[in-house]
Amino acid sequence: MSEGIATLSDATFDEHVKSADTPVLVDFWAEWCGPCKMIAPILEEISGEQQGKIEIAKLNIDENLDITRRYEVMSIPTMILFKDGEPQLRVVGARGKAQLLQELQEYL
Amino acid sequence: MPDIHDVVILGSGPAGLTAAIYTARANLKPVVVEGEPSSTSDQPGGQLMLTTDVENYPGFVDGIMGPELMERFRDQAARFGATFVTRKATQVDLSSRPFRIWTDAAHDADADLEARALIVSTGARSLMLNVPGESRLLGHGLSTCATCDGFFFREQDIAVVGGGDSAIEEAIFLTRFARTVTLIHRRKELRASKIMQDRAFANEKIVFRWDTVVNEVVGDTKVSGLSVTNTITGEEDKLAFSGVFVAIGHVPNSGVFDGQLDVDEAGYIRTTEGSRTNVEGVFVCGDVQDHIYRQAITAAGSGCMAAIDAERWLEAAGHG
Repeated sequence: MSEGIATLSDATFDEHVKSADTPVLVDFWAEWCGPCKMIAPILEEISGEQQGKIEIAKLNIDENLDITRRYEVMSIPTMILFKDGEPQLRVVGARGKAQLLQELQEYL
Repeated sequence: MPDIHDVVILGSGPAGLTAAIYTARANLKPVVVEGEPSSTSDQPGGQLMLTTDVENYPGFVDGIMGPELMERFRDQAARFGATFVTRKATQVDLSSRPFRIWTDAAHDADADLEARALIVSTGARSLMLNVPGESRLLGHGLSTCATCDGFFFREQDIAVVGGGDSAIEEAIFLTRFARTVTLIHRRKELRASKIMQDRAFANEKIVFRWDTVVNEVVGDTKVSGLSVTNTITGEEDKLAFSGVFVAIGHVPNSGVFDGQLDVDEAGYIRTTEGSRTNVEGVFVCGDVQDHIYRQAITAAGSGCMAAIDAERWLEAAGHG
């Protein structure tokens, strides 16, 4: 995993998304999810290319049930974009890079 | 102008990646247009990306996870020099050679790829129910991927719609999490193989609802149930479920070749003589041409056939 992608947990989530300078796209994922693995490299690329505009972070749903339940994640991968700690946009299901960037456009 | 490749392979399931291994080992430097990530079976690695234990692929005595098997196929193809484009073919021109392939929405005069020989292995994708509520609740309790989403339904009552091997496989997998799994099938008997049926009937958590079709996926912001009709009595019913998994069959991904490659009534590409198609230089393998066997091993076998056919054809055409 690249240095730019933070690993969040139930304990660190709130503080992290509230204090971030840029919007944070949180990737809800798990080890056993094939589509989650497919989008991992895409998120790394976006993280590198959009530095300063958007931050990418990951939350393992297996280990962090509180945050997963709070946002009613029922399908993975789910990506939720937070701005000042508030969810702004929800992307359910894997996407190609171009399509994901298009959905995020407003925040880039 | 783009470079002209000897072999371009469209699709990256067992068929496409086996074709890649064989053509790479023949030093044809195949380019695999592997598809784009999605949460449906139409994604790099294909349908196996949404499965867990594959127990019938020879050589893996204790079984292997579907995504891991596909990762191995891909690594093996890469090891011999296959390269990958993580996009989907959006348009092809097979009217003259080299064949031209576009992988974006803007179909400029210049294609993105050109190929002397083309191997089509675009596979099949899951059918959806096409009933009200389905697309709105996808990802909110309605799922096409049991292995991705089963986790979210611990100790809950859920449904699987379908009666074939993949429906039974999903139902059995989901009993690891759910309190009950109701299998909703429009007929009185299953299409699934005998061994899968035996396993399902022996599983106490699986309940069967025969002769039943789904009219609507019900739910406000997330799934709360299904509205169904019994096809024999005509009786309508509302059933409460917090999760619904759809596994009602497949449809071939042949749309991009419309009007260029011959297909049968169901859209499967027709083969002549091994893996050949009606267009010289275009070969086809895997589930996009097979509605009978549809196994990882048969897809891989047909991928090998397509690679050998393509290699011999290139050689005869003076490109080998």
